[in-house]
Amino acid sequence: MSPRDVVITGMGIVSSLGEGADAHWRALTAASPAPVLDRERFAPYTIHPLPEIDWSQQIPRRGDQRQMETWQRLGTYAAGLALDDAGMKGDEALCAAMDLVVAAGGGERDEAVDQAILDASLTRNDHDVLLNEKLTTELRPTLFLAQLSNLLAGNISIVHKVTGSSRTFMGEEGSGVSAIETAAARIRAGQSSHLLVGGAFQTEHSDMLLAYELAGFLHRDDWKPVWQRAASQGGGVITGSGAAFLVLESREHAQRRGREAYASIGPVVSRRSRRNSEPLADGIGAMLDRMSLPEGPLLAVSGASGAHAATQAEEQALSRDGRLVPRGFSSLTGHMKEAQFPFAVALAALAVRHGKAYPAFDTDKEAAFDGVPEAVLATAIGYHCFEGMGLVTKA
Amino acid sequence: MKTTDSFARPVVAVTGMGVVTSLGQGREDNWNALIGGRSGIHPITRFPVDHLATTIAGTVDFLPSSNDGASALTFELANLAAAEAVGQSGLPADDFAGPLFLAAPPVELDWRHRLSLYAGARDHNGNKSLIEAARTAHAMRMFDESQFATIADRLAEQYGTRGLPITLSTACASGATAIQLGIEAIRRGECDRALAIGADGSATAEALIRFSLLSALTTHNDVPEKASRPFSKDRSGFVLAEGAGALVLESLESALARGAEILGIMRGCGEKSDDFHRTRSKPDGSPAIAAVRAALSDAGMAEGEIDYINAHGTSTPENDKMEHLSLSTVFGERIKDVPVSSNKSMIGHTLSAAGAVEAVFSLMTMREGILPPTINYDTPDPAIELDVVPNVKREAQVSTVLSNSFGFGGQNTCLVMAREPE
Repeated sequence: MSPRDVVITGMGIVSSLGEGADAHWRALTAASPAPVLDRERFAPYTIHPLPEIDWSQQIPRRGDQRQMETWQRLGTYAAGLALDDAGMKGDEALCAAMDLVVAAGGGERDEAVDQAILDASLTRNDHDVLLNEKLTTELRPTLFLAQLSNLLAGNISIVHKVTGSSRTFMGEEGSGVSAIETAAARIRAGQSSHLLVGGAFQTEHSDMLLAYELAGFLHRDDWKPVWQRAASQGGGVITGSGAAFLVLESREHAQRRGREAYASIGPVVSRRSRRNSEPLADGIGAMLDRMSLPEGPLLAVSGASGAHAATQAEEQALSRDGRLVPRGFSSLTGHMKEAQFPFAVALAALAVRHGKAYPAFDTDKEAAFDGVPEAVLATAIGYHCFEGMGLVTKA
Repeated sequence: MKTTDSFARPVVAVTGMGVVTSLGQGREDNWNALIGGRSGIHPITRFPVDHLATTIAGTVDFLPSSNDGASALTFELANLAAAEAVGQSGLPADDFAGPLFLAAPPVELDWRHRLSLYAGARDHNGNKSLIEAARTAHAMRMFDESQFATIADRLAEQYGTRGLPITLSTACASGATAIQLGIEAIRRGECDRALAIGADGSATAEALIRFSLLSALTTHNDVPEKASRPFSKDRSGFVLAEGAGALVLESLESALARGAEILGIMRGCGEKSDDFHRTRSKPDGSPAIAAVRAALSDAGMAEGEIDYINAHGTSTPENDKMEHLSLSTVFGERIKDVPVSSNKSMIGHTLSAAGAVEAVFSLMTMREGILPPTINYDTPDPAIELDVVPNVKREAQVSTVLSNSFGFGGQNTCLVMAREPE
């Protein structure tokens, strides 16, 4: 133990399963956990929609809510839950000295304006002029701010007064991995005493599906667990709206505040495998080797997306190791892109805190785990690129 | 030479620099244009300007991918700047062996690709048909364009950087943040060197319109090279621009050990977020003031030790007023005697690249002993009493520079650079 160990003292998680750590623990440890699905709205694609959220619980000012679209609201909301959970909400001094690392994609475009441009483009050839004409007259001025990647962090600063350093990382799952990895490294090196880190993804927008489908990544048959989608139509990914923010502190800082931690974050490793030229399973295996994992069976909260190649490689690498007992949570929450790794780490921390493993989310593919999980592995293997994993241990 | 600073951290040196702006490609062309007081701002030809209030920009129009969309151009800009920086450092061109930090604009599928997909769609029921068309088009190039990881992934492959590359955005402070992340990684002892790049080739019609709708851009279109007027009374907004800056950051110990030329020292960085408003800064300027002070304190320096300030100086009424307020608060009466100039008067606002481009120019300022001017300074703002190095370059011995970067979303990042270690 070291005063600069990284401990998790707060979490704010939201998914189709509900909001908050307790709601997720209940939903995921139910006798047979069931997904919440919307099969109609984006058919033939199934998604896991957001639960009903009373935004004003974490974003009291209507003016602030109006300045954001759902993605930013969701992230700002989850960040508020995490601060509340850590007992830091409204503590001006703590928040003013708190660092922030956000994993973000882009925000929502105006679908009505885009559709109007698409439709008009069929009847005229001067497309560049058409763009100028429509965009100058129909775009809402403040929408730009709701789309900017770093404005989720900006809104967290405005709404929750978190005003230390502020960095936004971009790049699908990899950005979430780097966010946690960098945050933990900062605390270990004494560059940060306490820090808010996480991400949000709001899938209920045609552009968010479009980005996956440009490479045919989305699953098109009825819902199946992530490990069982290879034979189905489409690319295997079912997306979900959700967010995960964590409050990380040095052990010393948390103890001084008298806060009990969920868990501690051990080694975090990341990788940029050359998937075209080396088997991804070997790359994942190399990461597992670098982790120096404890002896005996180990629960692995896997962020597997369902994307055929990446998910198969992860399954292979985890089973090759022989000790790892996977729980593919995206079967139940959907894939949350930038928020994927922070979410995996949060669920791993919950299992460590409760001293209890999640039941199999897919009884065909996931073995039972009977022991008390002292440590839990969290993974996020990018559906297209970049990989990361971390070990969450008892605080 | 001592290779740790007064906080016992590894000293971070700069051993390679590269830059591209509308003024040209490479350090030499850019520097000559800068000290010649030449503007790179010109009428927009990349797309028609019908219906647009602003018709000028500092776009980079001379590259093969200048008309291929934001993602392709941002990559090419980053690649050119990185090649020059790595080349100067003497490190292998394909085995950099340190992490990559890339400041880049958020990506989106380009409109021409959206429209071509839609034209080829089976049905025309708006966005749903677009997804359907995407699925059947098998257009991996478009997929790559829509992924935030793509540009850094390609750069990492090309230069042989180590680990997961980080792509970041802190809006207009991004370039400085990339450098800051590199400095912090070296100080943590994670690596001996880091490649920090800021690149932005996103001056599309939609980007221009978005900034325009926020009233951030000047509409002084008539004489484009006179449009960017930082600290002038008649300044009326920034000029959208493109460019890239790249720096090879290296622990001084490692740089000395391999006999590399030390181009400058990254003495300190500081940051403070603003919680006031999405685009406006807190009226008392306290976050920017705190960011400057944090950078000085991280550098272990007093304000009296700063010789020159490379201003954020965007030429918007708000920024220049607030920057003056924060500088005069930190430096007191002495601010009138510290030269403060804005490169943006010539290159416009290169957005995600600005902090990196301006760090390169700051280091060159020290090496060359010449202060680049703030051009178009014809009508001083009486409320802003600064020595802006008006209109003409000036010779000066400069040992230390403060470079400011402030961005939408309350991002404030400052860097302190020096010729020599402490």
